[in-house]
Amino acid sequence: MTKTTSAALGGLAALALMAGAAHAEAIKIGAVLSATGPAAFLGDPEQKTLDLYVKKINEAGGIDGKTIELVTYDDGGDANKARTFAERLVEQDEVVAVIGGTTTGTSMAMIPVFEDNEIPFISLAGGIQIVDPVKPFTFKTPHTDRMACEKIFADMKARGLAKIALASGTGGFGASMREQCLKVAPAAGIEIVADETYGPKDTDMTPQITKIRGTAGVEAVLNADFGQGPAVFTRNYAQLGMTLPLYQSHGVASKQFIELAGPAADGARLPAAALLVADDLAADDPQKPVVTEYRDAFEAATGQPVSTFGGHAYDGLMILKEAIDRADSADPGEIRDQIEATKGFVGTAGVVTMSPENHLGLDLSSFRMLAIENGCCWVIVE
Amino acid sequence: MALPPAARRYLPVAAILAIVVVLPFVALGSGYHYRLATLVWTATIAVIGLNLLMGFAGQVSLGHAAFGGIAAYAVAVLPAHLGLHPVASFAVGVAAAGLLAAVVGRPILKLKGHHLAIATLGLGILVAMVIQNEAAWTGGPDGMQVPRVEIAGLRLRGAEPWYWICGLACVAAALLAVNLVDSPTGRALRAIHDSEIAAKVAGIDVPRAKLKVFVLSAVYAAVAGGLLALSSGFASPDTAGFLHSVELVTMVVLGGLGSIFGSLVGAAVLTLLPQVLTVFQDYEHLVLGALMIAVMVGLRRGIVPSLGDLLKGRRT
Amino acid sequence: MQEFLQFIFSGLTVGAVYALVALGFTIIYNASEVVNFAQGEFVMLGGMTTVFLAAAGVPLPLAAALAVVATVAVGLALYAFAIAPVRGASTVTLIIITIGASILIRGAAQVIFDKQVHRLPSFSGDAPITLAGAAILPQSFWILGGAAVIVVGLKAFFEHTLTGKAVLAAAANSLAAELVGISLRKVVGLSFALSAAIGAVGGILAAPITFTSYDMGTLLALKGFAAAMLGGIGNPIGAVVGGLMVGLLEAFGAGYVSSSYKDGIAFLVILVVLFAMPQGLFGRAKVERV
Repeated sequence: MTKTTSAALGGLAALALMAGAAHAEAIKIGAVLSATGPAAFLGDPEQKTLDLYVKKINEAGGIDGKTIELVTYDDGGDANKARTFAERLVEQDEVVAVIGGTTTGTSMAMIPVFEDNEIPFISLAGGIQIVDPVKPFTFKTPHTDRMACEKIFADMKARGLAKIALASGTGGFGASMREQCLKVAPAAGIEIVADETYGPKDTDMTPQITKIRGTAGVEAVLNADFGQGPAVFTRNYAQLGMTLPLYQSHGVASKQFIELAGPAADGARLPAAALLVADDLAADDPQKPVVTEYRDAFEAATGQPVSTFGGHAYDGLMILKEAIDRADSADPGEIRDQIEATKGFVGTAGVVTMSPENHLGLDLSSFRMLAIENGCCWVIVE
Repeated sequence: MALPPAARRYLPVAAILAIVVVLPFVALGSGYHYRLATLVWTATIAVIGLNLLMGFAGQVSLGHAAFGGIAAYAVAVLPAHLGLHPVASFAVGVAAAGLLAAVVGRPILKLKGHHLAIATLGLGILVAMVIQNEAAWTGGPDGMQVPRVEIAGLRLRGAEPWYWICGLACVAAALLAVNLVDSPTGRALRAIHDSEIAAKVAGIDVPRAKLKVFVLSAVYAAVAGGLLALSSGFASPDTAGFLHSVELVTMVVLGGLGSIFGSLVGAAVLTLLPQVLTVFQDYEHLVLGALMIAVMVGLRRGIVPSLGDLLKGRRT
Repeated sequence: MQEFLQFIFSGLTVGAVYALVALGFTIIYNASEVVNFAQGEFVMLGGMTTVFLAAAGVPLPLAAALAVVATVAVGLALYAFAIAPVRGASTVTLIIITIGASILIRGAAQVIFDKQVHRLPSFSGDAPITLAGAAILPQSFWILGGAAVIVVGLKAFFEHTLTGKAVLAAAANSLAAELVGISLRKVVGLSFALSAAIGAVGGILAAPITFTSYDMGTLLALKGFAAAMLGGIGNPIGAVVGGLMVGLLEAFGAGYVSSSYKDGIAFLVILVVLFAMPQGLFGRAKVERV
C-alpha cells in the first residue's frame, strides 16, 4: 500500500469515526404537543418555539458540543394519543427528557409513563395537580391556575370588589381554573354569586351574559378560558353594554386576543408573565433582557405576535438545557437531579428556583397584573 | 381450499387467534409495540360489536363510543369514589352500558336510516356531555386516573399482561360474533337487513331482534372501553366523544361491513396509520384524509370483502 | 321580556348559520342521497380564504367573491374525485368518503392557512342596535338578511329556471330524469357547487361575529345535519326552519335551563321531535316499498 493510499484511508477512518462520534453524541429530547385540535392555540406557539430554539442552540454549538435532536409528536389534544406517543418516545426513540403536555389532560395521561421509566418530564400545562403532589420526574413551567385565581382575587380585593360572576369554558383549561377559583375564593374574601359556562367552540354567549346581568349584586366578572371563547365573550360583553370590571385569565395572554376582541377588550385585566410587557419593564429587571430577546426572535421567525404559551416552552427548553449542561451527562436520572437543582433561572414566566418539594419554582410575584388599553397594548397596573 | 362450512365459519376466529399468539414473537419489540397491539385489540372488540349492528342488522349508530365511555369511567369512578375493586367496577360498567342500551334502544330503533343516525348521535353527545360536566365525579375534561389492577396479589404492570388480556378478549369476542351470525338470531338479523317488512311477514319479532343486537353491540363497545381504560391507566372524555364514534364507524366500513376479520383490519389500519403518518408532521391529516378517500373509492365494499372479491375474480 | 328578546336574537343569529349548513346538506342530499359531512368545511373555507386573501392585500369584496369561487371549486373537486367515481356505492361508503374529505380539507387548511383564529371586520361596524332593550349587532342583520336572500334566490332558481327544475326532477326520480335527457352528473355536480357556495357565503357573513379557524367545520356539520333532520331532510324550507330552531333551542337552553348542557338540550328536543314525527317537521312521510 502506498503512502498516499494509507494516508487517505487513515483520513477516511478518522472522518468516519468523527461522523459516528458526532451522531452518537446527539442528545435526544422528546416533545408531545397539541399542535392541532382544541388546544392548538397553545400548542402551535409551543411547537414553533421549540423548533426555533433547538435550531439556535445547535447553531451555537449545542450543549457541550453535542447537538440536540428534537423528536416531536402531535397528540391533537387527545389524552390517549398522548399516552401512546409518550411510550413511543421512551421506548422507540429513547429520549433522555421530554418537554410537552400542552393540556393538563394530556400531561396527566403521560406522567405515569415517564415516572415508571424514570425520564424527566417538563409539562407546559397549567393544572396544579401536575406538581401537587410532587412526583420525582415531573416538573412544570407555567403558573398554576390556582395562582392565577389568587392573583386575580387579590387585585379584586384591592379594588373593593367582593361579589363576582364566573364565566368559564367547559374545556380543560376553563374547567380547571373554575374549580381552583371556587376553592380559593372564600379564603380570598370573594363570593362567587353567578357561575356560567359555555362550550369552547361557541359563537355566542349573550344568553350567559344576560343571566349574569340579571343576577343581583354582581360587582365584577371573571372569564376563565383560552383561545377564541374569551374573545367572543368580550365582544358580547360590550355588545350588551356591560360596564362592570372584566377580568380575564392568563389564557388570553397573547396579542391575538386583543386583535379578535377589538376595542371591547379595553379595560380588561389579566394576570400574565412579564413577557407581554417587555418594553415597560424596569431597566434593571432581570427578566427584561430574556423576554425581549425571546419576543424579538419569535416574532421575527414566525411573523406572529408573541404569547406566553410559547414562553413556557422556551423556559422548559432552557431549564432543560442548563440542567444537561450542569449534569455534563445524558443520563436521565442526573438530568432530573439538575432540573430539580435549578436556582435563580431567569425565564419568560419569572425567576425559577426549584426544590424537591417545589417542581414549579415560581411564586405569585412573577405574575404581573396587566390591563388592556387603546385596543392594542398591555400596561402594568400594580 | 374446500373446507367444510362449519370450519370455514371459524376461519376469522382462527386467524385472529393466530395473530394474537404469533405477533409477540415476530413483531413486538418494545412496550410501545405491545401498547399499539393492545389498542388494536380493544378497538377490534368495539368494531366487531358495531359490525354486528351495522353490517349484519343494517342499522347505524353514530354514538357508540358513549357505551365505551360509560365502562371506562366506571373503572375510574367506582374505585375512587366507592372503593370498588377495578374488576367489579368493570363488570358494573359493562352492565350499565347494556342497561342504557336496553332502555334507550326500544324507542330509538323505531327510527331508520339517517334519523337513527341522528338519534344515536344525540345519545352519544348527551353521555359525553354528562361525563365532561359532572367534574366532581368524573374529573371533568382532564379525565381521571384508573388504579392499577391487582388480581390475587398479582399486580398487572406494564404493557405485556394487557396485550394478552385484550388479545384473548378479542378472540372471544370474534368467537361469540361468529356463533351469533350463524344462529337463528343471526339469520333473523340478516333477514331484517334485507327487508324489515318481509322479515315481519315471515314471523320474526323485528323490534326484539333489533334490540338484542343493539344491546349486544353496546356491551361489546363497553368491554372495549373498559379494557382500554384499565390498560391505559386513565379515562378521558375523548373516549366517549363524537369523533371517536365516527372513528369506530370508519373502522367498520373501511374493514368491510359484515366481515369479522374486516373488523380487525379496519381497527388495525386506523390505529396504526396515524402512528405511521407522523413522519408527515403538519401534513398528517391531509394524507390521512386522502388515504381514506382513496381506499373507499378503490375498495368500495371495504378492504376485506373487496380483496376477497378480487381473489375470487381471479379464479374465475 | 328584555331577556327573552335577547335570547331570541342570539338564537336567530347562531341559527342562521346552522340554517345555511343545513340547506347545503339538503341540496346535495336531494340530488344524490349523499349526506355530505364535509359541508362544514365549506363554511370554514369561505371565511379563511377571505381572511388570507384580504391579508395579502386583496380588497375585501373581491376577496370574498374569490373565496366563494375557490370553495365552489373545492366542492366540484370533491364531487368529481370522491363521489362520482363511486356512483352506486352504499350509503355508508359514501358517508365515510365525505368524512375522509372533511379530514383532507381540514388538513389542507391547516397547512395552507394556519391554525390560529381569525376574524373579518364587520360589514357595517360594531355599534350594537338596541331593540326593545335587547342589543343586536349589525352583523346579525347581515347574516339573517343574507340567509333570507339565499333562500329566496334558491326558491326562484328551483321553481322558475329550467336548470333548477331539472335538479328537482332528478331529486324526485333520478331514473325518470335521466330518461328525459337530464344529465345526472351535471345535476349532482351543480348541487355540490351550490352547497359549497352557500356554505362559503355563510362563513363570510358570520366570520365577523363567530370568527373563523381551520377546525370550525366539524361541530358546524354536526349541528347542521341535526338541524336538517329536524326540519325533515330533503326539504329546503325545513332545513332553514330546523337551523333556526336549533339556534333558538341553544339560546333558550343556555338562558333558562343550564348553560353547560345547552347543546344537550337542543339534541334532546330533536330526539323528542323525531320520535313523535319521524319524518321531521316538514318532511313527507316516507312510503316504504316492499
